[in-house]
Amino acid sequence: MKSKMTTAIDIRDVVKTFGEVTALHGVSLGIADNAFFTLLGPSGCGKTTLLRLIAGFEDVTSGEIRLFGESIARLEPNRRPVNTVFQHYALFPHMSVIDNVAFGLKMQGMDLPARTARAGQMLEMVHLSDYADRLPAQLSGGQQQRVALARALAPAPKVLLLDEPLSALDLKLRQAMRVELKQLQEDTGITFIFVTHDQEEALTMSDRIAVMSAGQVQQVGSAQEIYEAPVNLFVADFIGETNLLQVEVHEVREGRATVTLPGGHRFACPSAPVAPGRHALSIRPERVTITPGADLSATVDRVVYLGSDLQVLVRLADGSPFTIRLQNAARTEVPGPGTRIGLHLEEGAARLLAD
Amino acid sequence: MAGGDTSWRPLARPLLIPAWLVIGIFALLPVLLMAVYSFLTKEFRGGVIWDFTLTAYDQFFITRGLFGDEAAQVEWTYITIFGLSILQAGICTALCLIVGFPTAWFIATRPARTRAVWLFLITIPYWVNLLIRTVSLKFLIRDNGPLNEGLMSIGLIDGPLPLVNTNLAVQLGLFYSYLPFMVLPIYAAVERYNFALSEAAADLYASRWTTLREIVLPVVRPGIVAGCILVFVPALGAFLAPDLLGGAKTFMIGSLIEEQFKGSQGNWPFGAAVSMILLSLVLMALLIYARAAAREGER
Amino acid sequence: MKGVRYYPGFLPLTVLCLVILYAPLIVVMAYSFNGSTSITKWGGFSLRWYVDVFTGPDAGRFGQAAWNSLTIALMAATSATVIATAAALAMVKGGRFRGKGASFALINLPLMVPEIVTAVASLIFFTAIGLTTGYGTILVAHMAFCIPFAFLPIAARLEGIEGSYEQAARDLYATRAQAFRLILLPLLAPGLASGWLLAFIISLDDFIITNFVKGAGMETLPTAIFGSVKQGIKPNIMAISTLMLAVSVLFVTAAYLINRKGQKTP
Repeated sequence: MKSKMTTAIDIRDVVKTFGEVTALHGVSLGIADNAFFTLLGPSGCGKTTLLRLIAGFEDVTSGEIRLFGESIARLEPNRRPVNTVFQHYALFPHMSVIDNVAFGLKMQGMDLPARTARAGQMLEMVHLSDYADRLPAQLSGGQQQRVALARALAPAPKVLLLDEPLSALDLKLRQAMRVELKQLQEDTGITFIFVTHDQEEALTMSDRIAVMSAGQVQQVGSAQEIYEAPVNLFVADFIGETNLLQVEVHEVREGRATVTLPGGHRFACPSAPVAPGRHALSIRPERVTITPGADLSATVDRVVYLGSDLQVLVRLADGSPFTIRLQNAARTEVPGPGTRIGLHLEEGAARLLAD
Repeated sequence: MAGGDTSWRPLARPLLIPAWLVIGIFALLPVLLMAVYSFLTKEFRGGVIWDFTLTAYDQFFITRGLFGDEAAQVEWTYITIFGLSILQAGICTALCLIVGFPTAWFIATRPARTRAVWLFLITIPYWVNLLIRTVSLKFLIRDNGPLNEGLMSIGLIDGPLPLVNTNLAVQLGLFYSYLPFMVLPIYAAVERYNFALSEAAADLYASRWTTLREIVLPVVRPGIVAGCILVFVPALGAFLAPDLLGGAKTFMIGSLIEEQFKGSQGNWPFGAAVSMILLSLVLMALLIYARAAAREGER
Repeated sequence: MKGVRYYPGFLPLTVLCLVILYAPLIVVMAYSFNGSTSITKWGGFSLRWYVDVFTGPDAGRFGQAAWNSLTIALMAATSATVIATAAALAMVKGGRFRGKGASFALINLPLMVPEIVTAVASLIFFTAIGLTTGYGTILVAHMAFCIPFAFLPIAARLEGIEGSYEQAARDLYATRAQAFRLILLPLLAPGLASGWLLAFIISLDDFIITNFVKGAGMETLPTAIFGSVKQGIKPNIMAISTLMLAVSVLFVTAAYLINRKGQKTP
């Protein structure tokens, strides 16, 4: 089924160096049409560089970028049918809102009545029709953000690039915009490529996510795949909260590994293809339940109240710290500090990682 | 990843060509040529003969008597003029700092609206022609000028204070000329100053003046140093204030240089040599400043 | 309780500072309206010296000098602004390149060399290459001298303009030239205006360099005033001074307003 989908952006072996520093080490990535695709990673991982290469603000050192089959890697930015929503919006401060939105249309040679009409439609779409004649500085951060969206969408680009567009907004607005952005992507049918370092943002909006680190793509997958089946230590650690235990691996067969847990219990779990030896085991804290006589035994250190959840900090038999999360429901029994408890690992809680 | 805008990079050198050419030919080349001239032989109707000699520098530092037949001794005339100029420029810088810092601080701590007015008032003299300002000062302080007349009419003094043609008048002129150069850079520094630092110092039991000495002055130091250089360098080579307000006894470097290029009395190689010595002094001061600034930047 | 911003004695010093700066100017302004021919005695309010400036025996000389000053300042400031703008674009947007430090030092050379030294050097240079000193030499010397003054505000403004504006324009299908003309240039305008104004005033004000390279018979307003003052301060000089003062105030006001407008659009 995958092969039948149209590929909007095809990135092949892209290397980018800045002087001595290599920002991207041979990145290859296919981005399907009509998808909300996110580049996720910590700052300095190369995600913004990759976006700027697609937009054309930097030249690739080597490699190829194709847009619906056509090579664009060596085109000037104004020759690429992709538009960008900049991190701090980059709204032209000396132009009114409507002139900002109409700018790309004007550059494409659209005549004044047509572009005014189109820009008006775009402003209506982002609910800012009343602000057409204002200057950007007279708008709030959220409004500026919408103008930036309208401006980038007005020329109907084949792909929309978004460079951490929500990072300058406050929490409430950010959450509201997530829903709105996703809706906008579905309504327009344009491929969105969204860059962020915020995993929650990535998980809530994206059809597919590419997790990046140190100039390389670590894993590409849906939000669920990335969260529940991280391929390596970096992805498991970066996405969500997890417990990482060094364990002895006995054998790995057909994607399942047999390991010895602290305390001596033998346990089988899904695994990345690794050789026997010591490897990291990731255990998601919300997939652990407290039951007597289970996979692990532990002593409670303290309980942290988080509102909807409770975080229980415990110590395993070998002394290593471990975290579990319980829902703060009425029936939840909370063990007091010093209590000895048993921990049961639910299906999918644990996964053996490649290094 | 606020990356550079690559599209200007290939244009950098071509865009600089006009500036290189104009400043290179009409500012740098003349200074180099002047250095050469300082080693040439003087011609009597002004101008030079292309014979290389150290006569100009010799004349500056060494005397061999009126007829050149006595034992070589240090010539103090010109060194004294330099000393006096450095002293005048130094005093002027100190005075400008003493008045300029409080002014800059006061303006920078006004509320935004009144601050603009104060700043406006300070900037106007900065834009007014220096010659006109110096002439105005001379008009004010001359023997039967408004200042003396006023002081006499209220009976503070019996006769006019002899201000014009004294070192004091020159000093006043220099101070008055270059004061705005001190205020503006310090103002810019104080405006960026984080007043929470002062509050933290006060919170930790520092008095107002201790805070000024220990916290404020070190933090705004770059502005103060910039102001001092902007005052000291032009004051050292000043021509208008000593020429218009001073007399024969208040000769400064600027007047000494100017005299060497006036009509047939002139001595171009000597004038060039004096200019070279002045330029070396200034460049040395700037170099020390640049070194200090670089060291500060490293910290 | 007074805040940490307060220091006793700073207000009186500020007032003193303003008194020192303004007293001579105000006195000269007042005396320019003196009806008497004596510069010491007050002879009632009169505009006779202003009439004298435009119709008196010196009117022709000062008129010609003012014309020279104005045309030289216009041309020197305009060419210096163009050159400085190109240089500022290279220095601020050109990234790193070999010779950048040297270029920066060269652009700022006229600021580092004392004015009297520049004057001497220019005279020697023009004489050595056999150029007749006069209008042309003044203009060329001013142009070179004004470049760093125009450069500073233009470069400062350019530093404040994020690269993303131009990138956004390029992203929205503008060519390089369009992005420059439609985005960068309008954003740079306040810097260009203050750079030009500063260069203009510097050229108009200059006495020392002009005095050295003007040659015989050529006068600008400052050299003409200087020549006249050497024979004593006459009332018509005070009227001329007051007029120039008014022009300066007009310029500061213009610069101030432009600057304030510039701040609104970062």
